[in-house]
Amino acid sequence: MSITRDDVLHVAKLAKLSLKEDEIDRMMSDLAKILTYVEQLGELDTTDVPPTAHVAVTSTPLRKDEARSVLAAQETLAEAPRRVEDGFAVPAFVDEG
Amino acid sequence: MSRLLDRPVAALAEGIKAGDYSAEELVRESLDAIEAQSRLHAFLSVTAEHALERAQAVDAARQRGEPLGPLAGVPLAIKDVLCTRGIPTTCGSKILTRSESGRPSSSPARGWRPPYDATVIERINAAGAIMVGKTNMDEFAMGSSTENSGFGATRNPWDPSRIPGGSSGGSAVAVAAGMTPASLGSDTGGSIRQPAALCGVVGVKPTYGRVSRYGLVAFASSLDQVGPFARDVRSAARLLSVIAGPDPNDSTCADRPVGAYEAACDREVRGLRLGVPQEYFGEGLDPEVRTSLEAAISALADQGCSIRPVSLPHTRYGVATYYIVATAEASSNLARYDGVRFGLRIEPAGADLDTLYGATRDAGFGAEVKRRILLGTYVLSAGYYDAYYRKAQQVRTLIQRDFAHVFEQVDALVTPTSPTSAWPLGERIEDPLAMYLADVYTLPASLAGIPGITVPTAPVPARNGRPALPTGLQLLGPAFSEETLFALAAAWETTSPTRNLRPPHA
Repeated sequence: MSITRDDVLHVAKLAKLSLKEDEIDRMMSDLAKILTYVEQLGELDTTDVPPTAHVAVTSTPLRKDEARSVLAAQETLAEAPRRVEDGFAVPAFVDEG
Repeated sequence: MSRLLDRPVAALAEGIKAGDYSAEELVRESLDAIEAQSRLHAFLSVTAEHALERAQAVDAARQRGEPLGPLAGVPLAIKDVLCTRGIPTTCGSKILTRSESGRPSSSPARGWRPPYDATVIERINAAGAIMVGKTNMDEFAMGSSTENSGFGATRNPWDPSRIPGGSSGGSAVAVAAGMTPASLGSDTGGSIRQPAALCGVVGVKPTYGRVSRYGLVAFASSLDQVGPFARDVRSAARLLSVIAGPDPNDSTCADRPVGAYEAACDREVRGLRLGVPQEYFGEGLDPEVRTSLEAAISALADQGCSIRPVSLPHTRYGVATYYIVATAEASSNLARYDGVRFGLRIEPAGADLDTLYGATRDAGFGAEVKRRILLGTYVLSAGYYDAYYRKAQQVRTLIQRDFAHVFEQVDALVTPTSPTSAWPLGERIEDPLAMYLADVYTLPASLAGIPGITVPTAPVPARNGRPALPTGLQLLGPAFSEETLFALAAAWETTSPTRNLRPPHA
């Protein structure tokens, strides 16, 4: 299994990770080794085997539709690295030009 | 001088209730032991002030004649993966610290302070337990040695040049070195069982759904479970009975009554059928670990258990399956660390949103976390989903069927917990695959969602200048069979040569 530099940059972009130059090389080689190892699953015939996403969860329980108190806005905002009044601050991302 | 902390949890709580000593004395003994052992780096933060306040409250309640809980006055160490209201919670990651002059902080004291307690924290508090600190771990519980912590490695008290196992290494060491009588950890692929075995203590990975995950920082949501560490089986049983049970804040928590785990420790094991899966005794198992384990299996046979060989044919695919399923889930769970709502924010001047995300995540995550996010993103990405993720989910079904099939023939399985004893710090850190293979005996049970308990067996003997090192026996059973596992673990413990053994560096 070979992993190209573009493969790493593509998944890093999807995962919102900006990698340093030496990290890119390292990840190319690590991912290639790990993906080669996991290819052994191809030895198994899994035709008609249903996938398991979750074990032992048979139903999603419902609670009564009653109002209850949750975290107050100020508590939620208390650990924000940057805030503006009653909200989380982010760089502008809508181009209003 | 004999220490109070060497007593089992039930005896400690009884002593508090009887007024033989105060919760404050007990907590001070624990804080002193933590201080004396600080070079093992088991703790990321020590909550001395909080603990002494809580201890005084327990002592005051006793003086007023109020009823005390099953963990009254008992000091506990808590893995830093569990949210504790107002107390720094880092998950071993710099991304959960506040930035200092544009860089991540290297101090866990600058960690994120959660606005709420995890359900298990509420439960131990209600039972009278006293948290003395938050323990070190592999970043986001990703690792088998605690070397992946963003704040430095933890050392094994049997030989401080060796790893304690992981990811709950700090919680295992706190108990092994006598800093606390018990602790809480989390187990996604072996993160309680493996460090417990390598440090010579009892560790329990409950059935998936047995314990609430509300307030447990998520790694792989179809696998994560919270569980106890303790010196002895009964203490672990008491702690599990406090934290287990349904929780309206966790819809994956099973709506089933909690078993009588402590009482189960006195159950007769005669007549129980134990399976020895041949795949767990093949290539890769250290011969001395095997010898230690075989002695434990014979001891269980002497107590009237019947032992028979069984087969779990898909065992060898466990590691590959796990490292697809767990990384896929992790890549999704870790998307929440965006530099906006809590923790680290790295924002170069004039940065747009994507630059903020990328710079924060690059500076905040360590190498193993990045590796797993990239791998998880890859196996879920267009064109690879069926070949990797769906395939792994199908093999997960086969692994589950293996267990379902053998549990028609036997009541429980006995296996090694780890193929080797503790290895030297640094030995596997550059080879992720070698590190992953350390979990070969714990991963299949995690994938099947079944419970596991590890109990110490005879240490492998000292050799070539290295001291004797602990090993563990893993007991696995069908979903919600914790009582049977506690009975077997306690039965072995009564004859175990490891009783009252203490690590030399504690």
